[in-house]
Amino acid sequence: MVEFLQFTLSGIVFGIVYAAIALSLVLIWRGTRLLNFAQGGMAMFTTFIALEVVYKTGEYWAGFVVALAAGLLMGAIVELVVIRPTLNKPELNSVIVTIGLLIMLEGLAGIFYGGQFRSFPTAFSVTGIHLGRTPLGVSRFDLFVAGAVLFATGVLAVVFKYSSAGLRMRAAAFNATVARLSGIRVARVLTVGWALAGLLGALAGVLVSPSTFLYPNSMDSIFVYGFTAAVIGGLDSPPGAVAGGLILGVGLSYVGGYVGGGRGSDLTAIVAMGILVVVLMLRPAGIFSGDRLRQV
Amino acid sequence: MKEHPLLRTLIGVGITAVIVVFLSVRLNAFRDYQIAEIATYVTAVAGLTVLTGLSGQISLGHGAFMAIGAYTTALLLLHLGWPFIAALLISGLLTAATGAVVGIAAARLRGPYLAGATLMLGVALPSIAYAYQGTFGGDQGLNVVFTAPGFLGASFPLTRWQAWIATATALVTLTLLANLSRGRVGRNWRAVRDDEVAAALAGINVAATRVLAFVVSAACAGLAGSLLAIITALVAPGAYTITLSITLLTAAVIGGLGTLPGAIWGALVIVLVQTYITDVATSHGLSATVGANIPIAAYGLILILVMLAFPQGIQGAVRRLIALFVPQKENIPHEEPTVRKKAHDEVSQPL
Repeated sequence: MVEFLQFTLSGIVFGIVYAAIALSLVLIWRGTRLLNFAQGGMAMFTTFIALEVVYKTGEYWAGFVVALAAGLLMGAIVELVVIRPTLNKPELNSVIVTIGLLIMLEGLAGIFYGGQFRSFPTAFSVTGIHLGRTPLGVSRFDLFVAGAVLFATGVLAVVFKYSSAGLRMRAAAFNATVARLSGIRVARVLTVGWALAGLLGALAGVLVSPSTFLYPNSMDSIFVYGFTAAVIGGLDSPPGAVAGGLILGVGLSYVGGYVGGGRGSDLTAIVAMGILVVVLMLRPAGIFSGDRLRQV
Repeated sequence: MKEHPLLRTLIGVGITAVIVVFLSVRLNAFRDYQIAEIATYVTAVAGLTVLTGLSGQISLGHGAFMAIGAYTTALLLLHLGWPFIAALLISGLLTAATGAVVGIAAARLRGPYLAGATLMLGVALPSIAYAYQGTFGGDQGLNVVFTAPGFLGASFPLTRWQAWIATATALVTLTLLANLSRGRVGRNWRAVRDDEVAAALAGINVAATRVLAFVVSAACAGLAGSLLAIITALVAPGAYTITLSITLLTAAVIGGLGTLPGAIWGALVIVLVQTYITDVATSHGLSATVGANIPIAAYGLILILVMLAFPQGIQGAVRRLIALFVPQKENIPHEEPTVRKKAHDEVSQPL
């Protein structure tokens, strides 16, 4: 029973990080109808920048803030410089551009920072919390991870729902042509969407790197699971992204914990694929998709 | 002058075969190895370009099919001592069957959902090798023993024989694919790619057509995996990661999606550009870390630049160049492979 609780809680913590990546992908998808394969690579790069700042200043929060700012900036720059010229070309071309960006960022990180694993500091203690005498399997830092992502998600949701900027973004995602006709500068809205996605990705990078270590490919698997979470939830749906992340995180945590012989951790990718296949068999456009399904 | 298209393909194949044999005899062992590598990638990329360019389905997990082909070959050679040609064919058949399963599972999925499912396949499948170390050798992989046949003489270099085998497989694959895409099957693929509803109304079985594309494409990847097993003499999960899958897709797109000559361009780029940049970097005395990472960064940059400057890939650029000098013949079907961008409102939902 205690084990079950521990696996569930630690699954939720990882699931929340997947959800952050999934949300950033959903933000971009709704605006530009494009999958950003460089999302993980961008997060890796901003986390390296944060680590530099932490080393220089000795202050965790300086690195934290710089990472978020760098993510925001990088998202906007990427959209303006390399994504916008591809938007009227075949869809696959922009996908390849983001893949090219991912490869380039990983190469650059290798040149600047080398390939070795680096540990990333945490803001709070990583020793497990006990409830009475029961260990919960999560630490104060894990609570911070969950809280930070939920806070960011909450702020985004409020902005989208109640601010005029959010209304413009929703209008542009809903129907770009009509939005343009009503005087919304759709191009600028897309840039803002990419910037916000960059910020969310950077947040995920800073939060997950203490447990995965930091190296040029360190965000690859996080990205794959985040992407899977977004697909499970339905790429159009922010709540779906969060749900998908949690389902995946908890499911993988059970497999890693309960499947014996140390085989569980080798099988996580296969189980993730299993979850994905089952969900997509039942709902080809994700759990939270609308009812207008295509049929073959 | 009206030629039969198959005849034209066969002439091209014959010329290529002669050139490769000539080159493989003149060049050194390393270049022979590169020829074999290029031919292997041509085989895989040609299958992928048919799947994505002609039938309009993206696959980010083709490395998984190559892994199946490679492990099948390794196990057949290792435990049963089969001749390579038999192992090659069985690998192709087995991956074709896997392709059918994946294709059926994928038939309802579109765009990013298909990309996500195939990406997960590419990530998950190699991890089986870690989970079942007894059969697949875990991280270390399986060693593949492959020798040149006796009738060539003892001094015949193995790399040359590998280059020949790989090139022969690639050429046979290209011929079959060219024939397939020119005929009814290819027409159906293009029809389904361009408009599913119209294709269905015209009497095409959309689901079967899409699944068939996966079968054909997976079989090509399986053959390529089988070839890669014998030319690298080792089958280990590290060689079949998602990086391989993504490399195959980029090769198809850089070369020119949906065109078989494009598959050849793409394979040349991914093999030769990487080696060239590494050579330049090391000859300028850069440190090992920097030297190893410069080609990666440059490769990413090239991908971005090619996509911005030549969205139709190298073959598209070649066509434009040819069109400048040669007046268009009426007979050449001028396909622009387009995976169309769907209108916004078709996919948007109320918020």
